[in-house]
Amino acid sequence: MKKLLTTSALVAALGLPQLAVAESHSSLDPNAKSGGNITVTYKDDVATLDPAIGYDWQNWSMIKSLYDGLMDYEPGTTELRPGLAESYEISDDGMVFTFKLREGVKFHNGRVMTADDVKYSLDRVTNPKTQSPGAGFFGSIAGYDAMSSGEAEELSGVKVLDDQTVEITLSRPDATFLHVMGLNFASVVAKEAVEAAGADFGKTAMGTGAFKLADWTIGQKLVFAKNEDYWRAGLPYLDSVTFEVGQEPIVALLRLQNGEVDVPGDGIPPAKFQEVMGDPEQAARVIEGGQLHTGYITLNVKMAPFDNVDVRKAVNMAINKERITQVINGRAVPATQPLPPSMPGYTEGYEGYAYDPDAAKELLAEAGFADGFETELFVMNTDPNPRIAQAIQQDLSKIGIKALIQSLAQASVIAAGGEADQAPMIWSGGMAWIADFPDASNFYGPILGCDGAVQGGWNWSWYCNADADAMAIEADSMTDPAKVEERLKMWSDVYMKVMEDAPWVPVFNEQRYTMKSERMGGDDKLYVDPVSIPVNYDYVYVNDVQ
Amino acid sequence: MLAFIVKRLIQSALILLGVSFITFALLYLLPADPVRQIAGRSATPETVANIRTQLGLDKPFVVQYARYLGNLVQGDLGRSYLQKTEVSTLIASRLPASLLLMLGAIVCELVLGITMGVVAALRRGTSTDNALMMASFIGVSAPQFVVGLLMLYVFAVQLHWFPIGGYGTFAHLVLPSITLGILGSGWYSRMMRSSMIDVLRQDFIRTARAKGLSRMRVLSRHALPNAILPIIAMIGIDVGIFMGGIVVVESVFGWPGIGQLAWQAIQRVDIPIIMGVTLVSACAIVIGNLVADIASLFADPRIKVR
Repeated sequence: MKKLLTTSALVAALGLPQLAVAESHSSLDPNAKSGGNITVTYKDDVATLDPAIGYDWQNWSMIKSLYDGLMDYEPGTTELRPGLAESYEISDDGMVFTFKLREGVKFHNGRVMTADDVKYSLDRVTNPKTQSPGAGFFGSIAGYDAMSSGEAEELSGVKVLDDQTVEITLSRPDATFLHVMGLNFASVVAKEAVEAAGADFGKTAMGTGAFKLADWTIGQKLVFAKNEDYWRAGLPYLDSVTFEVGQEPIVALLRLQNGEVDVPGDGIPPAKFQEVMGDPEQAARVIEGGQLHTGYITLNVKMAPFDNVDVRKAVNMAINKERITQVINGRAVPATQPLPPSMPGYTEGYEGYAYDPDAAKELLAEAGFADGFETELFVMNTDPNPRIAQAIQQDLSKIGIKALIQSLAQASVIAAGGEADQAPMIWSGGMAWIADFPDASNFYGPILGCDGAVQGGWNWSWYCNADADAMAIEADSMTDPAKVEERLKMWSDVYMKVMEDAPWVPVFNEQRYTMKSERMGGDDKLYVDPVSIPVNYDYVYVNDVQ
Repeated sequence: MLAFIVKRLIQSALILLGVSFITFALLYLLPADPVRQIAGRSATPETVANIRTQLGLDKPFVVQYARYLGNLVQGDLGRSYLQKTEVSTLIASRLPASLLLMLGAIVCELVLGITMGVVAALRRGTSTDNALMMASFIGVSAPQFVVGLLMLYVFAVQLHWFPIGGYGTFAHLVLPSITLGILGSGWYSRMMRSSMIDVLRQDFIRTARAKGLSRMRVLSRHALPNAILPIIAMIGIDVGIFMGGIVVVESVFGWPGIGQLAWQAIQRVDIPIIMGVTLVSACAIVIGNLVADIASLFADPRIKVR
């Protein structure tokens, strides 16, 4: 559900020279034409455009185009690049980051953005009154604890040195800090606009981004207009982007085929997938890419018989992952481990638990369950998840495990997973982890670490391995760019340790498919941009202008 | 008469109170934690606790309900958990679209239903009658989701007569109105048919014919006004049926009304919106029934107030 930023990042992040000077204009497309409008559709209303609040895959890319943060990503990639920061310096111990801001960047209201705005924005997102779901990402900034407990009104670790310079001090080494500065939550907002709008700020927008919010008719549409003063010269190419909401995916597809829509934001409806891909003319306009997603089955290690590691391994061997990917028309690749293949730290060559029902049955017998047992499999009740659960159920029945499917609304499954004794097994589909930012650490803490194994947490297997946790903390303290490889190796080891204990059955990594109208141009990678879903609005263009 | 209306108004208020209590209790009992939904997966336990306190969701049920009622009587429906907007603003901005759609559906079902019913009654026992009653049966049985998609596919995608969903012009209104109205037109045509057959058997019709009035005149001046009475009472009740139908129809056609709002809120457990839309719908149903009762009182003096 939540947002993803992507991939081979860490190398890029820490591999950047200590003083990064930015902006190669390599990212400008010589074939691009300026002008025109595109129409993007969504089923759901846009919940909010407040960058401190917005945390779903729909508003994430919208907010990216309205706002900028200190850090940013090369379009279509997971490589970090400086955003509002022109350059930055990291102290030798990795604890102090000094960001030099670009000169003359203006908010949409014409006011020049300064270091005070950066500080205000970080103070705002970490203030408990803001209720930001992303506040926890800033936990490594000095003064965060005082802020979150309500004792302080500002982060002591964020200092304004002059109008163009911000110094951020950490309370602990954090190898992922530059990624955090690239999250939407770290976007720079204009204080006067926040104060003027009050509680309704999320229905307005005032940033420095490539587009400004021109119109929002609630329940119908949003119009983004080009920011003529955008600080990245030449961008954006489009004059405007219109988002029409309340459109069922199947209707959106019909309208796309009719030439009324350029990008169906919710993607190709599963029921129509084969039909679209079977038509060469339409399939040519579908762009496929990987995403930082893993779908998995959690095995609750606190509930018998999954407290027995052999039972968990047997379940791992019993699942035919290849067949499950067929259930979703092959829109995924089978997974062997928690990390998706495009994530740095992924263990190449690791085979995982191969499908072998006979061996699984034997292992189960050795564990004392020769006749199998009965259990429950929780699943979210929207297609294709119940069908996937049935495939899992069949696989389990082959080794004698009788799994009863509990098909529930998303919120109910999440609630059951957050209790230690309710859900023996959960299929993660529809709620699965998609990385917030492209770093190996992002697949651990909340979903596999001890911190997440608490009531209301997201570690639904309730797995807590103190050794693995200690290694994870050590890895994230390695901020020295020279140790990038070593850090990734360490993360790889953490996930291998997890696989030995088998609290999950990693099932597949979903692929992403973006469909576009014929007139849309720009590099294919912009349409599977790991950071901006469905597309990177700042860089795409249309061919039928002028 | 006045006493009757006052009595009905008091009853209505009690019904609304009951609806609010049942809905609130059901949402409270739902095994889903709205705070987890708001906080998202990366939230720390402190963030979750902080949001829970700020929304008052750490309080016991009775306190939460009392506070909701307290705000409600002041016209405050609260703020959406996820959209952070006033629920009353969200509903107010979408209500006109829903009312317009319902009006369209009423027109459509009356025109279709009455025409079909009258024709079937006059041609009773013929193949025309059978075909019409079969059509009305299909109209009553067909799921609106399917009807909507078929309408879109045939009349918008294939024939290009109407836009493919959306809102704004008269052309946008046609397909969703028909989809929503088809169910009612099925009922109306059957009611109209039997009511018409009854009326046509009455003595006064024979008298009118015997006076030498034309067949058309007998029909329009004597039969129809009498046969149509039961239909009037139905329109008010229809509002309740529409409230269910708009959730589906508005979603299919991308119609920005409160049905769509409710559907999205249910999927995201946005409790203040669910409560707000439920109460507004309940109000509409209660008012619809009240108006229907009063209208039939005026239209048919045979109904006596007790």
